[in-house]
Amino acid sequence: MATRITLERCAKTFPDGTRALEPLDLAIEPGECLVLLGPSGCGKTTLLRLIAGLAAPDEGGRIAFDGTDVTARPIEARRVGMVFQSYALFPNMNVAQNIAYGLKIRGDAPAATAARVAEMLRLTQLEGFGERRIDELSGGQKQRVALARAVAIAPSVLLLDEPLTALDAKLRESLRIELKRLLGALKVTSVFVTHDQAEAMALGDRIAVLSRGRIEQIGSARDIYARPATRFVAEFVGQVSRLNLPGRGEVLVRPEHVELGAPGTGSFDATVAVCTFLGNLSAIELCTDDGQTLLAETRVPVAAGSRVGVTLDPAYFLEPRS
Amino acid sequence: MRMKRPAFALIAPVLTVLTCLFLIVPIGMSILAGVTENYFVGVRSGLTLRWVGEVWGLYRETIFLSLQVALATLAVTLVVGVPLGYVLARSDSRWVRALEEALVLPVAMPGLATGLALVLAFGTFRDFRASWVFILVGHVLFTLPFMARSVAAVLSSINLPVLEEAAASLGAGFVQRFFTIVVPNAKGGVLAGALMVVTLSMGEFNITWMLHTPLTKTLPVGLADSYASMRLEIGSAYTLVFLLMIVPLLIAMQWLAARGTRTLPSKRG
Amino acid sequence: MRASRLLFLTALPALVIFIAFWLLPVSRLVLVGASGKEGLAAYLSVVTNDIYRASLVNTVPLSAAAALVSVGVAAVVGVYLQRREFRGKRVVVSLLTFPLAFPGVVVGFLVILLAGRQGLIGQVSEQLGMEKVVFAYSLAGLFLGYLYFSIPRCVLTLMAAAEKLDPALEEAARSLGASPWRVVIDVIVPALGPALVASAAICFATGMGAFGTAFTLASKINVLPITIYSEFTNYANFAAAASLSLVLGVLTWLILMAARSLSGQGSAAA
Repeated sequence: MATRITLERCAKTFPDGTRALEPLDLAIEPGECLVLLGPSGCGKTTLLRLIAGLAAPDEGGRIAFDGTDVTARPIEARRVGMVFQSYALFPNMNVAQNIAYGLKIRGDAPAATAARVAEMLRLTQLEGFGERRIDELSGGQKQRVALARAVAIAPSVLLLDEPLTALDAKLRESLRIELKRLLGALKVTSVFVTHDQAEAMALGDRIAVLSRGRIEQIGSARDIYARPATRFVAEFVGQVSRLNLPGRGEVLVRPEHVELGAPGTGSFDATVAVCTFLGNLSAIELCTDDGQTLLAETRVPVAAGSRVGVTLDPAYFLEPRS
Repeated sequence: MRMKRPAFALIAPVLTVLTCLFLIVPIGMSILAGVTENYFVGVRSGLTLRWVGEVWGLYRETIFLSLQVALATLAVTLVVGVPLGYVLARSDSRWVRALEEALVLPVAMPGLATGLALVLAFGTFRDFRASWVFILVGHVLFTLPFMARSVAAVLSSINLPVLEEAAASLGAGFVQRFFTIVVPNAKGGVLAGALMVVTLSMGEFNITWMLHTPLTKTLPVGLADSYASMRLEIGSAYTLVFLLMIVPLLIAMQWLAARGTRTLPSKRG
Repeated sequence: MRASRLLFLTALPALVIFIAFWLLPVSRLVLVGASGKEGLAAYLSVVTNDIYRASLVNTVPLSAAAALVSVGVAAVVGVYLQRREFRGKRVVVSLLTFPLAFPGVVVGFLVILLAGRQGLIGQVSEQLGMEKVVFAYSLAGLFLGYLYFSIPRCVLTLMAAAEKLDPALEEAARSLGASPWRVVIDVIVPALGPALVASAAICFATGMGAFGTAFTLASKINVLPITIYSEFTNYANFAAAASLSLVLGVLTWLILMAARSLSGQGSAAA
């Protein structure tokens, strides 16, 4: 039932000549949630807008839903549900009217519309809020309405543009879990744009990491984290230290793979420069004797200035191609 | 220095009171003169509605024509000016900015010049020249920027492009978006613009004087006529009628503005 | 492309109205202006022709003086009204804005009621045992009329500007020992500067083109709008009327543009 999205040679150049997106091919499998992850300006939002039909790819690019070419179709003819960072709720309508909007445009019967709206309110845990005005809602509620409105029309594709970014940290986490549950239940093909790697890893069946208009790597959260294809991916997703080892040259290592012990017990010794207590663990910044910085973490805090022995297992070294 | 302070502190309130008197007293005098039996003798000659009655007999056609022109002007500015306001708010292209500047020209230039231009250009089209529609044209030129800007100001204060994208993602085409999203959200601006348009149209003289014919006289044209040829009481009573028509609009406009500043949604970051 | 074409179509009716009923007629006016026996020189007649020059010499100082006095009065009144809270202030401010909606003819009539043959000033002066003072139909009456429609506009602009004054600046000046006069000159006037310039320019431009007031008060006084009107109706001198009204139009437009760039305001529409 869910839609397969394919992009072929899609590039985007803005009228002022800046290249937002290098030519790319991408297939999004039916029912999967693909997260576009990257820093601001990497082209992730542009890519989403191409899929949505809010922007057209440069000459030669082609976008297809289930094999049907939709490149020339405007957004209103693509049946994509879209959730915006600023919610984009219509201030001239209440919650129920917002959710019903797409159904009304489609010409659904009033009874069917009302039933669908009630279902959406239930699904997003907004029962009783139908008559509320938009400016009476909290940020989290607004986001739920935006989601309900997008999902109500049973879109073939659900597009989410940083939907949680405007919320505060606590709420963001709880809504993230809710969203994961919802996407799992809907089984709709979805594309989710974010710059937050925790969000990406929690929600994405696959993650595409973008940088400077290119997809650096695409794969499962585990792949991206454990086997980053490029140095950019290694450094953007999770923390990583770059270390020059005698005889081995430069290696990349994650903090959790740096084992600490008593001085003299490891491959080399180092000094604790900073130790930050984070609750479940402590983040440690080590300074090696030859002046390099190495990130590590421990369950037990270590005083700054103490000497520790460091063991590195080469099996865990990250090996990006570039 | 100490001696100067009270004098300094007095200047502002005294000048304020004098200014208020200067602006308000003549209006009061005009109202009074309009209902006084004999203004030369004064109020003791008695109060009467006789002059208002005479105005009704002499000039009621001008009142109806002014209402007709004002409502027609409103209709045209709604149909033409609201979409224009939307374009002004949505586009930042050079052409649109140039159009915005151009449309203000009929307001910036003296009405006499606009009127003269219209008469010289269309004077030979007899039927057009003789009809009230000729006056309507002048009023539309003069009021259109006010409607468009009022609408544009309200639409610029909300995040319209994203709202439209959201509506489009839900299947709404351009026309549907315009009527379900743009117009309802521009309501405040449309209302303020409408009041402004009607007020301006009812009071317009400088263009209208050039455009009118003996058979198409608006209220201000009739006022000029009565001031020149009728006794003071009739001119005053006529002015009173004009005030009765225009003051409710002014009050509504101010009420709307006061309400707007209180409840205007703050722009999201 | 689609989007910009839709926007173009949306603005098209307004564009058509503007071109058909303003741009073409005004272009025609330009041609008519040059169609007289002097040709293009007609556009200079406002300085070369004695009657027109006299009219200009009447109009410019009158409008300028009215603009300056209006702005001066309005600055004091505007700042005062902005800062003082008193009962009924909103009513007073509303009343002050009503004259904005009056056509020029009504303003002229109100001046007649003040300073005409049966006017208030005449009656008061007579009762004080002086000679009856009547000046409505002279340049002074016109000046009063210009003040009447200029002051409300300036008061509103300056109230808005005064709202943005930072009281800390005045307090700082006071703390440094400045007298109230010095505070006005060193702090308030500079801060109100753009609003003062803009208001003065709008008043000046409005005064230059004010036809209704002059029409009611005096066809005797030669101010430019009256001159243009009588060239058109009394002498059927279309070329002169056209060229003079264009010169007047360009002049007012230039003043408004200059004020706008000086004050950094977005709109010239008064």
